[in-house]
Amino acid sequence: MQIKNIVSAVSVLALMAGTASADGEMANDMTLVSWGGAYQQSQINAYADPYVAMNEGVSVTWDESSAEAVAKLRAMNEAGNITWDVVDVVASDALRLCDEGLALEIDADEDLAPAPDGTSAADDFGDLMVGDCFIPQIVYSTTFGYRTDMVPAGVEPPNDICDVFDIDTYPGLRSLEKRPINNVEWALLCDGVAKEDVYDVLETEEGQERALAKLGTIKDNVIWWSAGADTPQLLADGEVFIGSTYNGRLFAAIEEQDQPIGMMWDAQVFDLDGWIIPEGLSDERLARAKDFIYFATDTQRLADQAKYISYGPARLSSAPLVGQHATLGIDMAQHMPTDPANAQNTFLYNYEFWADYRDDIDAKFQAWLAQ
Amino acid sequence: MAILAQAPRPKLMTFTAPCTAALAAAIAFVVGNAFGTPLVGLAIGAVFGFILAALLGQFAVPRTMGRTATIAFVAVAGFSVGALGGAVAGALLGAVISWFFYWLHTGAYRRAVPVYYTAAQTLWYNTFLFICGLVFFFLIAPLLPVIWLSFNAQDFFTFTPEMLSFDPAGYSLKHYRDFLGTDEWMVPLKNSLIIAPIATLISVTLGTLAAIGLSQSHVPFRQAIMAIMISPMIVPLIISATGMFFFYAPLGNWLEANLGLNQSFVGYVKVILAHSVLGVPFVIITVTATLVGFDNSLTRAAANMGANPVTTFFRVQMPLILPGVISGGLFAFITSFDEVVVVLFVGSAQQQTLPWQMFTGLREQISPTILAAATILVTFSILLLTTVELLRRRSERLRGLSPS
Repeated sequence: MQIKNIVSAVSVLALMAGTASADGEMANDMTLVSWGGAYQQSQINAYADPYVAMNEGVSVTWDESSAEAVAKLRAMNEAGNITWDVVDVVASDALRLCDEGLALEIDADEDLAPAPDGTSAADDFGDLMVGDCFIPQIVYSTTFGYRTDMVPAGVEPPNDICDVFDIDTYPGLRSLEKRPINNVEWALLCDGVAKEDVYDVLETEEGQERALAKLGTIKDNVIWWSAGADTPQLLADGEVFIGSTYNGRLFAAIEEQDQPIGMMWDAQVFDLDGWIIPEGLSDERLARAKDFIYFATDTQRLADQAKYISYGPARLSSAPLVGQHATLGIDMAQHMPTDPANAQNTFLYNYEFWADYRDDIDAKFQAWLAQ
Repeated sequence: MAILAQAPRPKLMTFTAPCTAALAAAIAFVVGNAFGTPLVGLAIGAVFGFILAALLGQFAVPRTMGRTATIAFVAVAGFSVGALGGAVAGALLGAVISWFFYWLHTGAYRRAVPVYYTAAQTLWYNTFLFICGLVFFFLIAPLLPVIWLSFNAQDFFTFTPEMLSFDPAGYSLKHYRDFLGTDEWMVPLKNSLIIAPIATLISVTLGTLAAIGLSQSHVPFRQAIMAIMISPMIVPLIISATGMFFFYAPLGNWLEANLGLNQSFVGYVKVILAHSVLGVPFVIITVTATLVGFDNSLTRAAANMGANPVTTFFRVQMPLILPGVISGGLFAFITSFDEVVVVLFVGSAQQQTLPWQMFTGLREQISPTILAAATILVTFSILLLTTVELLRRRSERLRGLSPS
């Protein structure tokens, strides 16, 4: 009995070992790292499945570790054992990885496909190509969703960022991300600071105190979240009235789960998400990773992803190709954070400012939270 | 139960009715709390409990009739507040209250204690039983919402109004379909079922051998060796995991570079070895414990009759210490099957195990598929343990031993 077990177990493992053969110069196994959930599913549908269909024999493994990508890549680099081939990270993490030499520098003209009309990839992505290693994929935004059935009678639904701070008109709990980024900008904006002065004010001690003081006015009414799934769950439970999260999560809760939730786009903060290739891959694996990136970031593929999730494609040339949701059949353009109707008042995540001030303000914010 | 027949009926108005009122008040306090008015609930419950007990006792309503009437009444009251769900909850509460009343009224609460027990001793005896019941309740109750929520028709951890009123529209098996029908969960399940049994086999083999060796009196530095072997159980897992990560990474690189093994295969080897190390202490401890009662003259007798040490081990020693080996093996299996920290460090995505998938699933997407997975695992482990226990009893019966 036991011997039979061993024999079958060993044969299973031997079968796995048998798949090691290489296809020319490209590795056949590829590990992609992403965030899980609906977002990863959209990448599987738009990028990975078509790629595997075109390249017989390639197998893709997904690792849902993007949240700790920086720490894990550092550890892998120390240990000399890079197991990831292409990693999905937010732009700020890509900048850190690039600075530390953990991500490969990208030559936009050589490694990325030009637009169908011949525009070079660098021009097509434009300003979104931050740093030397980051290959942009989507524009997402952090914005608010509120329970439509919890809006007090006779009151307009919230449509201004300062409604979040208005406990009297809109009673109930709020959920905000457990970090200063975005929250302090919103706080200053609602404390009477002009939008263009927000970062000038935040550079000063008094400005930081002022933002925390404004947040302090609603501190007793805030549930702090750390995972993107928290706010949709809290809204679905009716535990909070309004909460910030990624716009794609809210789209899924509203359109796919039929929850009584409304979007509030005012002062949404744009951020970028995209790929990096880790430094230190073997030649075959690097060739495979680059081949995948070339395919997965072309104009049509980026537009395809918007069929599955409401994040805006990072290429200018993809925008006109955005069509309808793959299963719901609704027009996706109006659900994009970049849609003109939604983008009347927006921020773009300030990479330079937060690179310089993140540690400092983070420490103050955490100390303030603990008070 | 001659004692029961003689058990005196307690006084209705000064004992049975107030006690029933207290229980009803406590229950109504909890129910009222759910509606935001705990004190109103408390008052209604107390009055209801007292009147109910007085009526049933005064008119000597027969047990079956009294209980049916109470259950029906509370169920109707529940229905008026919370539809079908309220009716079911009401029926359950009515059953509890009416059972409690008759348990007191007929003197059944004294059934199990000797007649000479004082009131305080009887009270303590029943309180003790109640505490034992609470222990079970706290162990098992947290699992019940998990099982219930796993049939949620929505993608959230929320008891929807449809679920609470037992509307079929609020229930679905879609999370079970998600679990059983997608690679996202089936691949981790397969990985767990590859890694855990092999790791268990290795830990049981090494752990049993180590325990037998360490039980010999002539082995030098036994205490020190034992302490080192047990250390994976004592050192915080996160520290072992970090150490293992840096230990196994170059080992894996060497295997890949020099033996030409495939990266995924090496990944499995690393995780299996790491999990074996974690399992060994459990086997050593359980086997050492059974070896304490092992009579060493048996091995000498076997040697005397010409058996070599290997035959002696398999024919004489092994059958006698088998219960310890099996329970150590179960612990080792569960350790590997449940383990998330070490596999996050040592493994790569191809070795993603079930706990790993649950961990990332909970963090990134709070999906009830995890609850479906948990329900299936709970059912699976109950079946597994029941089977092992039944087989053990059967083999003991066959060998003429009484089950212990």
